Amino acid sequence: MLDVGRHPNIELLAYSDIEKVEGEQGDFTVTVRRKRRYVEEDKCTGCGACAEKCPATVPDAFEENQGNRSAVYSYFAQGIPSTHTIDADYCRQLQGKKCGICKKVCQADAINFEQEDRIITLSVGAIIIAVGYDVFDPSQIPEYRFRELPNVVTAMEFERLLSASGPTHGHLDRPSDRAVVAEIKALEKKAKRSQKTLDRFEKKHDQASADVYEKYRKGQYQDDEDRKKWADKYAEHLAVMEPLETMQKQAESFTVAKRLAFIQCVGSRDFRFYPFCSGYCCMHSIKEAVIAHEHETETTSAIFGMDIRAVSKGFEEYKIRGGNNSNITYVRGRVSEIIGGADHNPVVIYEDTQQRQVKEEEFDMAILATACAPTKGMVELAKTFGVELDEYNFIKTSSLAPVDTSVPGIFVCGCAESPMDVPESVAQASSAAERAAETVIQSTLEKEKAVA
Amino acid sequence: MPESKEKEIKTGVFICHCGSNIAGYLDMEALDEYTQTLPNVTFVQQNLYSCSEGGINEIKKAIKEQDLNRVVVSSCSPRTHEPLFRSSCEEAGLNPYLFEMANIRDQCSWVHMQQREDGTAKAKDLIRMGVAKAALLEPQESIMSQVKTRALVIGGGLAGITASTALAKRGYEVVLVEKEKNLGGMLNKLNKLGPTMTDAGELIEEKIKEVTNNDKITVFTGARVAVVQGFIGKFDAEIETESGKKNIDIGVILVATGGRNFVPEGLYDYDGKRVVTQLELEQLLKKGLDPDIKNVVMIQCVGSRNEERPYCSRICCQTAVKNAMLIKDQIPDARVSILYRDMQMYGVENEEMFRDSKAKGIRYMHYDPDQPPQVESEQVRVYHSLLGREMELPADLVVLSTPLVAQEDAETTSQLLRVPIDENRFFLEGHVKLKPLDFATDGIYLCGSARFPANIREVIAQGLGAASRASIPMSKGSVVVEPIISVLSDEDACRGCGLCVALCPYSALEIRRTEKGRKVHVIDVACKGCGVCASTCYQHALSINSYTSEQIEAQIDAFLEET
Repeated sequence: MLDVGRHPNIELLAYSDIEKVEGEQGDFTVTVRRKRRYVEEDKCTGCGACAEKCPATVPDAFEENQGNRSAVYSYFAQGIPSTHTIDADYCRQLQGKKCGICKKVCQADAINFEQEDRIITLSVGAIIIAVGYDVFDPSQIPEYRFRELPNVVTAMEFERLLSASGPTHGHLDRPSDRAVVAEIKALEKKAKRSQKTLDRFEKKHDQASADVYEKYRKGQYQDDEDRKKWADKYAEHLAVMEPLETMQKQAESFTVAKRLAFIQCVGSRDFRFYPFCSGYCCMHSIKEAVIAHEHETETTSAIFGMDIRAVSKGFEEYKIRGGNNSNITYVRGRVSEIIGGADHNPVVIYEDTQQRQVKEEEFDMAILATACAPTKGMVELAKTFGVELDEYNFIKTSSLAPVDTSVPGIFVCGCAESPMDVPESVAQASSAAERAAETVIQSTLEKEKAVA
Repeated sequence: MPESKEKEIKTGVFICHCGSNIAGYLDMEALDEYTQTLPNVTFVQQNLYSCSEGGINEIKKAIKEQDLNRVVVSSCSPRTHEPLFRSSCEEAGLNPYLFEMANIRDQCSWVHMQQREDGTAKAKDLIRMGVAKAALLEPQESIMSQVKTRALVIGGGLAGITASTALAKRGYEVVLVEKEKNLGGMLNKLNKLGPTMTDAGELIEEKIKEVTNNDKITVFTGARVAVVQGFIGKFDAEIETESGKKNIDIGVILVATGGRNFVPEGLYDYDGKRVVTQLELEQLLKKGLDPDIKNVVMIQCVGSRNEERPYCSRICCQTAVKNAMLIKDQIPDARVSILYRDMQMYGVENEEMFRDSKAKGIRYMHYDPDQPPQVESEQVRVYHSLLGREMELPADLVVLSTPLVAQEDAETTSQLLRVPIDENRFFLEGHVKLKPLDFATDGIYLCGSARFPANIREVIAQGLGAASRASIPMSKGSVVVEPIISVLSDEDACRGCGLCVALCPYSALEIRRTEKGRKVHVIDVACKGCGVCASTCYQHALSINSYTSEQIEAQIDAFLEET
């Protein structure tokens, strides 16, 4: 990414949409909408002072909504360009409230609440589409109870939990436990506030709150407005403290997730959704299981799959190593259902096809290896570019011209074409660059010929 | 000694606030005051953002007005802004290698946010060390070398042909060397290609025409590359052909030597007649199958995913499924069963073919490698792990799916080009994830099944991709290398032992005979300055520019100084 940001021949137009594509290979005119960031690109140094002071709280999409960010933000720490952006839906100033803190703290004077979208046109010889993919939404599969059971997560959510820079700093804290901890924090805040009020009363009257409350309940202080208020406040305080203490006790027994179930082919190889194989999910499950085991050596993982497709260089060896060194068991079969068990534990119901038995097994967490879905807006994008899509809405190519779309001069690479892993995407990116370069050179030569 | 040493050293130190990233956690005034007391420091300035246009202008101004001959910026990591600061020094007339960075953000203020006092003390250490090193820095000049715009492609299969044609389209000359008498490689032996069922013969004929009709491409068949010397941009190759030896000079090399099919001698009663490989089946299908064949059993993973060959060969499952369907096309009432461990039908097209094959009546049975199938005279016996019982499958023809393995001469090629091979003797790319088509050595690239078994779509994509990678130095016409490289700083000390040559990961060193005997020579454009040679040389004959022993020792001494 840093290379892209720095290369003298690359003009990076991030946070932009393609509006119109006209012309033909060698001579395209592309209309680009540069969306307003409310931050001036040439001034912002990406220091992050604005994000630090911004009072708004927004679910962080980069953390798969498992953490929060501010309304002025950069999508993730290493993002290129490091230019920040204001999320207008959450920005207090842009929502008409009084704020503007970011503008005050920005020493580079980059915040501009009056910024507008800009439309620019580019003249290019060739186009490469590399829009990637979306994670399949597993809530479409009722039997896996995604979102209904808190400890059933997608592989991408799990990836963020495993990350040292993620919302749990790499500890596998279970979502159900994290919800309780968040609730404890909220109640503690409330309790602290009500305790302060009670302290004031106690100081004023030199009497214990419990005593006042007791006597008030027995009918005393009917005419003492102050003590009446006091007793009400104490009742409120108790209503906070009771669940708080229960939860605090509960939280003492929280540990990180150590029994993991990885469910393969969630939305892929499934006729209800995507019949294709997403190719890379077997490997990311194995990788996540290996890393989880590195974090906590007691971790055991079961990977449930119809076939474990470890087909690239070193993959089969990695899979075997995972089994030998990282407590991974590979279970052949598709999981039929996940149900809720005790203590928010997901219970996986599956047929062990090797032993020909239907089994139930309880885990601390279940991780769904979700399908590689064509990215949202693919149909509109295809219309804009005039390229054909395949039946699933990936961009259509042929095996003999693997990066050529149906429009000469427009090429594709990566998961916009079909699901593939990192090395294949990198190799394909070079292929698309090659085809684009050929196009530009050929058309330049033709133009020169025409002039001559 | 360089002239800079004769002049009085005037070091300017710029202390960056990075907004509040540094200034919020460290005592900037204390740093400023302290820095002024350091030896050779003649100018200290604080910047809100040293990297901003304003900050850069201040640095440039100070270089000129204060007559600075060393610059230290204490800010973030060299990863973020070293190139910017270096070029700014250059713009102000100072050699860019008289610049040093002290990382007081990433390695100091960010990690010591809660320890203002200790953090400030550490920042002082870091600045003092940077200043000490800066005093010993010497000016360096970038190294430039021309690149010959001609490529050598080794291997004339689909990968090599695709890469050659692509490079020719870009206007580069290509020399394509094939060891067999004909171009085409593995494709010559194949029947139809999945999933489109394209005729392999027709495809390769068309592709060969593209090569032979192209005047940019010189083809040598029945030839081999015997000697390769040189480095990116300036390789010399000796090619042995039937009509004698030819020497050519080239700028880049592409390895597209492919793989070969494993022959399962001694496995499953393999005899090449009733028990054949998938590759042999391709020929039978091409000729037309014997119509009496009614029962076919295919066995997957024969000779792969075992101790001897632990890898999955990626393409055998799709080959089996494709051939099973072609059998059904020729003999519709044939019963075809595939005995498998995992059906590796990854992706969109393969899984689609897998589904279609089931609709055509191909039967799939899982077997456990601990209980492999038994090939008997008229049948195959297999323990069906899903049914939990043994099955007897009549078999007129048994087809073994064997892996693609590395070429027999892979090791020779590897030594010839000084590029590595992996434990399965496939060529090892520069980075398995991020540089799949490059070698670690600049100017040499990789594609096709020489890297790892690949299907037609993947081979074509990689052929195009490797051409793209190889075209980069050729289109630039020259390579410019940062002068932070290894140098033979003490020629007399070098005994020509060659230890460094063996250890260099980039083939950047060679032993040359000189008047003083055998001495190491650094091929400067190939050197990446990693320092392996300098740190292992028993004689301390080699050193790295801008990281000399004296400079590093000065840093350490400065660190240990009482403050």
